Amino acid sequence: MEFLFYMGDVFTPVNFGLLLLGTIGGLILGATPGLSPTMAVALLIPFTFKLEPQQGLILLGAAYTSTVAGGAVSAILLKIPGAPANIATTLDGHTMAQKGEGARALQLSFIASAVGGVFGVLLLIFLTPILAQWALAFGPSHLFWLAILGVTVIGTLDSSSVVKGLLSGCIGLWLATIGFDDIMGAQRFIFHPSVAGGINVIPALIGLFAIPQVITMFTKGRSSDDAEIITVQRHPIRKAMAEVFSRKRALSIGTAVGSIIGLIPGVGGQIAGLVAYDQSKKFSPEKDKFGTGHSEGVIAAESANNAMVGPSLVPLLTLSIPGSPTAAVLLGGLLIHGIFPGPDLFMNYPQVAWTFIDSMLIGQILMCVFGLYIAGLAANVARIPHGVMAALVLGLAVFGSYSVQNSMGDVYVMATLGLAMYFLERFGFSAAPLVLGLILGPIAEANFIQGSMIANATVGMGSYFFTGWLNWLLIVIVIASVSYSVWMEIAQRRYTTKDDAVAKEEALS
Amino acid sequence: MKKWIAGAALALAAMTGTAFADGHGDYPERPIMLMVSYGAGGATDFQARIVTMTAGNEDALGMPMAIVNKPGAGGRVGWNWFATQAEADGYTLGAYNIPHFIAQSIEGGVDYSADSFEPIANWGADPAVFVVGADSDFNSMDDVVNFAKSNPGGLTFSGAGLFVGHHIAALQLEKAAGVKMAYIPNNAGGAGAMRAVISGEVMGGVNNLSDAYRAQAAGNVKILGVFDLERNSFLPDVPTLMEQGYEIDNASVNFRGVMVPKGTPQEVIDHLAATVPAMFENSRVQSRMEAGGSPMHIMTRDEVLAMWAARQETLEDLLAGL
Repeated sequence: MEFLFYMGDVFTPVNFGLLLLGTIGGLILGATPGLSPTMAVALLIPFTFKLEPQQGLILLGAAYTSTVAGGAVSAILLKIPGAPANIATTLDGHTMAQKGEGARALQLSFIASAVGGVFGVLLLIFLTPILAQWALAFGPSHLFWLAILGVTVIGTLDSSSVVKGLLSGCIGLWLATIGFDDIMGAQRFIFHPSVAGGINVIPALIGLFAIPQVITMFTKGRSSDDAEIITVQRHPIRKAMAEVFSRKRALSIGTAVGSIIGLIPGVGGQIAGLVAYDQSKKFSPEKDKFGTGHSEGVIAAESANNAMVGPSLVPLLTLSIPGSPTAAVLLGGLLIHGIFPGPDLFMNYPQVAWTFIDSMLIGQILMCVFGLYIAGLAANVARIPHGVMAALVLGLAVFGSYSVQNSMGDVYVMATLGLAMYFLERFGFSAAPLVLGLILGPIAEANFIQGSMIANATVGMGSYFFTGWLNWLLIVIVIASVSYSVWMEIAQRRYTTKDDAVAKEEALS
Repeated sequence: MKKWIAGAALALAAMTGTAFADGHGDYPERPIMLMVSYGAGGATDFQARIVTMTAGNEDALGMPMAIVNKPGAGGRVGWNWFATQAEADGYTLGAYNIPHFIAQSIEGGVDYSADSFEPIANWGADPAVFVVGADSDFNSMDDVVNFAKSNPGGLTFSGAGLFVGHHIAALQLEKAAGVKMAYIPNNAGGAGAMRAVISGEVMGGVNNLSDAYRAQAAGNVKILGVFDLERNSFLPDVPTLMEQGYEIDNASVNFRGVMVPKGTPQEVIDHLAATVPAMFENSRVQSRMEAGGSPMHIMTRDEVLAMWAARQETLEDLLAGL
């Protein structure tokens, strides 16, 4: 209960002021397309030079927490996922916003984020020593099977057709091979200098999700504008609260998946939202409603991506190994004050460590309060006429892609992928499986090659990938997931004709 | 109001006049960009931000330096950009990592070589070390090499990738000890390579001294040897590889410093070469670097030029066999 002892430190005027600053600033940075949590935290590090270690960490912790949640704002309102963590939020959240239910979607997402986030931080507080062992348990073979598990999600993520889902997944996997391969040293598909460093996930995300929408908005033209203006419904917070807590299945699946996956170094936040979304869809009696603005989708995705924040810091705080890019940046923030994280961090610097964790706990609640406050206002974005909106989203898309690495090359990549995606969507393909392929490709490939290099030098491929309970557990889940998809496909025989795809496209936009 | 502006302008003119009365023109008259070819938060980025934090001081450059990250392909993206597109006007500086960029240019497929850049000064040197898990049976480099001798190609050890300091150190070890080992490059950089050692996925690993020092302090690893010419002040008890009987020099030490593109005016290079080393020696910089466990090693332009030339020769020799 040591964390309660240091709780008071969070509420000293300076510390609490920094916490507010970090939370509000983080929400704004998170809502800006292209500014991922990692970058937001990196941008703030120079400001902590002048602060006490404790104060600096409060600022960074609050910013980390609220940028992850803030990403939902642009995902829901603009269909631009701020970071890979928010991809799943766009699937139902943006559809809700288009129906004029933006306020409801935002409220649900912030409340779900806070529930998931508080749970994640509580795990960090109470179970850190046990979780640290779990984080180390995942070697190359396990990460490989985990990525394969992610690949099996690809087929079912797209509600229209399994085959088209798998095909878009394959395009994503191919895109992931572009660039320089760090393990074997090969240069692959570098046909233009813009892709020499590989396809960066964030510009790809922005292009694949935002550009098709911009083109659709432009093609509608001015004539239909007046008819299209949506009445934005007001939505009382009380009802959103009641709804989140009545969707117990989605909330608990989201929180559990986010916490478990968040812990695994290197995979964590990127796929937590998508896996949670897919799982709650599989377990829901209202499967068909997913993708059409169903609240379970938003709740599962957002509770998962905030639940991952706490556990993702476990390997950093206990073993001094940053488990995610954001954790690596936080490590820099600790080192600059001469604090070396490790098992004795809580003994040597209890005040710094506990105040940091406490501030993340309070930060989750503050984030929810401010988020709910802006939700009602922000939902009015849906009333902006299409022409203006398209120009605005296009501007943000270019800005966001450029700002990731200050590179025009990323803007070209964003534009090309976006244009291609517009035509693919016309044929009933969707962006989410493609992005999942792009994210999972490098994880599966790198871990397979590393694993086979280790296996060849030691025990051999067969026993390396197929022994141990964790390998088998993952293999069994993979088989179960594949059989479930096959069974569903045979049971329901979903076909999408071109007419259906066009009808769906028109219904959505 | 107008008077006030005029007064301020005059004062500013007077200040710049005195600061650059020594004949370097009025360079720099606007903020300077420092390109780092690794992501925000990595060791190179982190150190670059510390060593440039006093650039705006009157006794340094008098203008702040902004860090711009261009990560990708192990640094190749940033250095390609720096060699081909960066303006050689003195306002675009870059951070270098030796032996990385020289090794990459020898390997080929990039648009740069040591001749594409002009070094200004070196700020840090992070030697590679050999680490094993805390509960490993290996207690010296001899134990490691003996195991590798009886199990050719069977000793797995991790490092941060190909054609980086860790890889060079691994090649040097194999050559000096005359053994074949299984080097497993990690795609998650030094942190990923360290994790593989701690969790027991691999039997050992080459890693950065600064990271290994922290991991050892946390009780996770044992450090068996330093790939440098002399022992390091952070680890006075750990012998060098040379002391343990292996002919290995400092070719794998990760030197970090500042450079400009070829074609930058000579006066600008001279001005930077004169002021930047002093900027690194600032006591605030030194104490921050010390606190972060980052070993400093300040070298002037001439020393860096000699070091680059020496590396070029060693690495060509070492990588010829690949």
